Amino acid sequence: MARMNMIQAINSALDNMMERDDNVVMMGEDIGYFGGVFRATAGLQEKYGKTRVFDTPISECGIIGAAVGMGAYGLRPVPEIQFADYIYPGMDQLISEAARLRYRSAGEFTAPITVRSPFGGGIFGGQTHSQSPESMFTHVSGLKTVIPSTPYDAKGLLIASIEDNDPVLFFEPKRIYNGPFDGYYDKPVQPWSKHDAGEVPDDYYRIDLGKANIVREGDDLTVLAYGTMVHVALGVIKEQGIDAEVIDLRTLVPLDIEAIEQSIEKTGRCLIVHEATRTSGFGAELSALVQERCFYHLEAPIERVTGFDTPYPHSLEWAYFPGPVRIGEALDKIMKG
Amino acid sequence: MTGESAKTNLPPLSLHVPEPRSRPGDPVDFSDIIVPNAGKQPRPDENADPKDMMDLSYDLVRVLDEKGAAVGPWDPKLNEKQLLKMLRDMALTRAFDERLYRAQRQGKTSFYMKCRGEEATSIAPAMALDSEDMVFPSYRQQGILISRGYPLVEMVNQIYSNKGDKLKGRQLPIMYCSRRLNFFTISGNLATQYPQAVGWAMASAIKGDSRIAAVWCGEGSTAESDFHAAMTFGTVYNAPCIFNVVNNQWAISSFSGFAGAERTTFAARAIGYGMAGLRVDGNDPLAVYAATQWAAQRARTNQGPTLIEHFTYRAEGHSTSDDPSAYRSSDEATEWPLGDPIERLKTHMIGLGIWDEERHAAMDEEVATEVKAATKEAEKNGILGHGLHQPFETMFEDVFEELPWHLREQSEQAIREREIKWPE
Repeated sequence: MARMNMIQAINSALDNMMERDDNVVMMGEDIGYFGGVFRATAGLQEKYGKTRVFDTPISECGIIGAAVGMGAYGLRPVPEIQFADYIYPGMDQLISEAARLRYRSAGEFTAPITVRSPFGGGIFGGQTHSQSPESMFTHVSGLKTVIPSTPYDAKGLLIASIEDNDPVLFFEPKRIYNGPFDGYYDKPVQPWSKHDAGEVPDDYYRIDLGKANIVREGDDLTVLAYGTMVHVALGVIKEQGIDAEVIDLRTLVPLDIEAIEQSIEKTGRCLIVHEATRTSGFGAELSALVQERCFYHLEAPIERVTGFDTPYPHSLEWAYFPGPVRIGEALDKIMKG
Repeated sequence: MTGESAKTNLPPLSLHVPEPRSRPGDPVDFSDIIVPNAGKQPRPDENADPKDMMDLSYDLVRVLDEKGAAVGPWDPKLNEKQLLKMLRDMALTRAFDERLYRAQRQGKTSFYMKCRGEEATSIAPAMALDSEDMVFPSYRQQGILISRGYPLVEMVNQIYSNKGDKLKGRQLPIMYCSRRLNFFTISGNLATQYPQAVGWAMASAIKGDSRIAAVWCGEGSTAESDFHAAMTFGTVYNAPCIFNVVNNQWAISSFSGFAGAERTTFAARAIGYGMAGLRVDGNDPLAVYAATQWAAQRARTNQGPTLIEHFTYRAEGHSTSDDPSAYRSSDEATEWPLGDPIERLKTHMIGLGIWDEERHAAMDEEVATEVKAATKEAEKNGILGHGLHQPFETMFEDVFEELPWHLREQSEQAIREREIKWPE
């Protein structure tokens, strides 16, 4: 079995799907000959030809709009939006069109498209290369939102997303493309090649959407996280010696509510961690669900650790980032509660 | 600083806010509209380079002259059967509009949109395209469905959102969809269909198919970014797509000046993209047919996309929710210098000796009867009211391919609520 970082795993998933299904096509800014600014599509144009893997004009509205039309034709497009921060010009095509086609046509037309996009901060990307806009999409009926936290998951989830007949937002946490960053920005990051989840089969496999992954079992509290924050939370828990259960949600919509309920019924405590801004973030939805469904099992108030409600600052990136200090403080509060 | 400037020797800047030719009560003056003689516009070869035919973006392709004769190189030379179908479909569309407009006024549905005066911009292209070609309509192309033979009763079912509605009562009236007839699902968000049509056309080209796409929007919607994204993608990939802009002069109450018409034509948008552009008399069904046929031939032979501006007039309100007498002169429709498409085709056919007033009157009666029968039939499936025509669970179906847990829970809630709200 090969060792892969997350980019290689994504590339492998795309390669498998291009090979298996002639209807899979890829397009985006700089993804063709060059192979993408993060190299996710490297080598694929050469292998599958430039009518299946091609560069696009700098128009996210056009990229997603064209993908919707290709989906209506019968293709299975996998457009890339270079940074999640750039997705906004394509929002109408996602929200009013891709998400609604099946409903408004009573199933005559669908949008089986997977929009891949690197998201999240921690790379000194400033306010336009660092955002985590996932809750803008989870709020929309008809869209699925998937966020992997390891190379192994990235490949299996991306394949399942491409095979899904509904539109999927596949957000790639770019801070962990190369290794499981644990929040200590001043220390080197272990590469994926030294991590179990960096073992990725070359062949096709899928991880079904809607299934969370319990990455650490424990009895003291439940941590709900996804993407980069899974690893940051794991780091703090290890450091503090807390017997926490860490659930990597993997897909936000559809959400694995059973895994969440079972864990909180066991632990009685819940910490929610995401990098996105706090107000109306996905943590608010998680918090409401836990309160509605597990209230009588809770022994302490639910805590949310998130990014601040400011644009992502460039120089103060690590002051903004919901790292070990913010998580540690929340853990103290929950465990004393 | 507001209103003050250190550079006091410069004249103050002024903002130009466009104003239409006339407002309610004003005399109508269309003298600034140049109507060139029919038959005088050159017809380039379908392989022409867009830069060699820029004049056609400012001209007006016309076939039917003042006496109703078909003249010039754009005459598509349709046979009698084709002319009869064109005339009848336009008359049927108008009759359908009249009756369904009344049905809305009678409270049988919430909303309706007529296309009076613009019938040619849908029916003539539908005839010039292959039935396998994919159309991405906006909300005023009911003529395409009628031309392609969609059952009127299905249209009325959709308008009434009744239990026969194939779209399960989910869409606003007239937002039709028919995959069988290659008619894309209509969106209420404007111009979103533009990049989608390009994507469909690109897919057809990727697959080595022979089908092309055609898309419609109004002149007002050309201001949307989707329009420009589509034009860019269309030329970048040389997509086999026909871009139709129906310039009916009005976007609800905003005249075409708010989309840029004071400065240039809409067909001229093509020039900046390096695309073939045609400006066509949209009330001349033969000119519209010929333009579409030209563009389709071009697209089908990998010569790329064409932008066609259909210069026409919205003879009635934007929709049943609109009152045009509040913002424009009510004489505009009768004074419109390009006449009425049905009248013009009728005159042409009478001139050919294949038609007469008696047959026309009989046809009008026949189409009115056909529409009436369709509405009566559809009413058996119910009219709009309380959303009770569809089973409640259908509200939650088709959001996703499979029903996730949260929608299942909400569906159960809706069914519980139904028992309380409507116990019978």
